[in-house]
Amino acid sequence: MKIAVVVNEGPYQHQAADSAWHFVSAALARGHEINRVFFYHDGVNNGSRLTTPPQDDRHIQQRWSELARQHNLDLVLCVAACQRRGLVDADEKKRHGKDADNIADGFRISGLGQLIEASVEADRVVSFGD
Amino acid sequence: MDDENDIGVVKRFLYVNRRAPHGSIYALESLETVLIGAAFDQDVSVLFVDDGVFQLKKDQQPDALGMKNFSKTFRALEMYDVEKIYVEDESLSERGLSVDDLLIDVESLPRNKIGALMDAQDVVLSF
Repeated sequence: MKIAVVVNEGPYQHQAADSAWHFVSAALARGHEINRVFFYHDGVNNGSRLTTPPQDDRHIQQRWSELARQHNLDLVLCVAACQRRGLVDADEKKRHGKDADNIADGFRISGLGQLIEASVEADRVVSFGD
Repeated sequence: MDDENDIGVVKRFLYVNRRAPHGSIYALESLETVLIGAAFDQDVSVLFVDDGVFQLKKDQQPDALGMKNFSKTFRALEMYDVEKIYVEDESLSERGLSVDDLLIDVESLPRNKIGALMDAQDVVLSF
C-alpha cells in the first residue's frame, strides 16, 4: 500500500513525532511504500540539524535522517511553517538574508502543495498530532 | 495557476477544524492548507467541530492580543470554490452559539451525521 504521512507536532514535546517514526519504520518493514512524510505546524522542528538532545535519549532528527538515507524517503518540511519557526535551508538563507541554515540531511523544504499531491497519490493518509 | 496545479486526479478532502481560532496556530495553518487544497482543484469540504466553531464567530477582535484577524479570510473561501462548509449543531449549542453568530453561510449537521460525512471522504486532515 502507498501511504502518505503527516507529522503535526515537534520532537520531544509530543509523542506524535516518535509515533510517526515508529509507524513509518514498521510500514517500510512490512513492504509498504511511504510516498512522502510531510511535516507541518511545529512538526517542522523535526528537521533541525541543530537538535542536541541528551546523549542517553533518542535523537529524533537523526533517526529521521537515517531512515531517509536507508529507504530514500521524501521528508518535506512546509515552507510557510518553517519560515515562522526559523527553519532555513540554503535557498531560504539566501532569499531572506539569514546568517545560517539549519536543515538536517534527508529533509527538504517545499510548499503545502506537496501535502495535497502526496495525499492524492497515496492510498492512505496517516496523520500524527495532538 | 489551475494548469500548474493540475495533478489529474480529484479526491474528496475534508478538513476538520477542532480548535479555537487563537491560543494556538492550528486554525490559521489549517486555513492555509484549505486554500492550497482548493487551488489544486480538489473536492474540498471543511468541517468545524468542538471549539473549532469559534473560528467562524462574527466580530472577532484579536487585535487586542496582537494577533492577526484572519477570520475575514473565511469569507474568501467562496472565491476559491470552497462551498461545502459544515458545522456540528451540538458544538454550536454547547457553546451558546447558533448559525446566526457565524460570519459565513454554513450547513449545520447533527453529531450523528458527522461520521457519514467523514466516511464519504478520500482524505481527512484534522487540525
